[in-house]
Amino acid sequence: MFRIPDYVVSQRTRRAVLSRIARWMAGLGFAMLGLVAGLWSAASARFMVPNVATEPTRRFKAGTPGRYPPGHVEQRYKEEHGVWIVHEKYRGRWQLFALSTACTHLGCITLWQESDRRFKCPCHGSGFYPNGVNFEGPAPRPLPRYAIRLADDGHIEVDRSRTFHQERGQWDDPASYIPG
Amino acid sequence: MPLWDRIRRSQVWKSIFRHPPPVDRPNRVKVVLTNLILHLHPVAMPKHGLRLRFTWCMGGITFFLFLVEVVTGVLLMFYYRPTIQWAYHDMLALRDVVSYGILREVHRWGAHAMVITAMLHMLRVFLTGSYKPPREFNWVIGVLLLALTLLLSFTGYLLPWDQLSMWAVTVGSNMVGAAPLVGHEGPASWVTDQSDLRYVLLGARSVGEEALLRFYVLHCVALPLLAAFLMALHFWRIRKDGGISGPL
Repeated sequence: MFRIPDYVVSQRTRRAVLSRIARWMAGLGFAMLGLVAGLWSAASARFMVPNVATEPTRRFKAGTPGRYPPGHVEQRYKEEHGVWIVHEKYRGRWQLFALSTACTHLGCITLWQESDRRFKCPCHGSGFYPNGVNFEGPAPRPLPRYAIRLADDGHIEVDRSRTFHQERGQWDDPASYIPG
Repeated sequence: MPLWDRIRRSQVWKSIFRHPPPVDRPNRVKVVLTNLILHLHPVAMPKHGLRLRFTWCMGGITFFLFLVEVVTGVLLMFYYRPTIQWAYHDMLALRDVVSYGILREVHRWGAHAMVITAMLHMLRVFLTGSYKPPREFNWVIGVLLLALTLLLSFTGYLLPWDQLSMWAVTVGSNMVGAAPLVGHEGPASWVTDQSDLRYVLLGARSVGEEALLRFYVLHCVALPLLAAFLMALHFWRIRKDGGISGPL
């Protein structure tokens, strides 16, 4: 008696094979869609990181030390760099140093009052001596110093990427002042 | 239990997708109706709605290009400043300095393509007679959308702030100044050069920073919002006017 061999009558019907192929194609399509969406998201995230900054540089030149006689508080770098350059006595020694203009209470910009010889915060009335140490109002700490040095060309160079805090004893660091 | 099944039975999944995998017709309908994205499509489509030779898919492509313009446009807005000092330099920086500087080109090419596809869509609707009742009003909305597409192109053209855009908009706004009644140089004019439509459009008598700001706000906020509203109406009316039109 004739019997159809097993390999002719497959359990895998044409419909089953075709629908499996269709499922794989659909899966591949969604995978490609996901890949494109992922690449697009990654590219958009990278796009959001600026490659060029238009804010002022962290390091700037401030002329020769001769421009700053003893007792002088220089205000010309306040607007662009947020820095007072001061020639003042600290612990009995004349030093040239760069102070932050931001009040240590809540970050308002202090004003230099020549008649009273103090930095005054307009927000809550904190006051600082010319050497940056706080003496009145709610400010908890002295104004921090920025790194300062004499560059090879004899000009002062201020670097705002390094700060020196008096309450941490960092004002003894020779990078925080130029001996006057 | 496979991971996929565990995810599908979790409370989080069920709180987002209210219905089980659509294996029968009632659930298929419910899945479509309860999903914000899917419900934009009808539950059932006529077979001819998939015939590319009839629809050209031009309306869909135009909508897709609008979405591309929205996404790339929002990204460009993160760098572009509509001021005389910065506009031109920001445009150059978007090409030369910012990562993936091709985004501005994508925005520009997409805008050109969108004008073309909108017109081809209009041609298809005309050739197939799909503007006839009951779809007359949707044709009118479509014409308004074409006008908005052209206005979006026109307002976007000023934003690079180079010589080409500056004088193109000068010419375009002078044409507004020559319009009947509302233009100071137009026929039957009853306005001056400080009260006509050109003055309102530019915020001044010539193209300057006021015009740049006005075109920027029109291009990024006002016109896209209006276009999005009209598109919603346009798509909704397709459904309400008897679904996608088919061959007779």
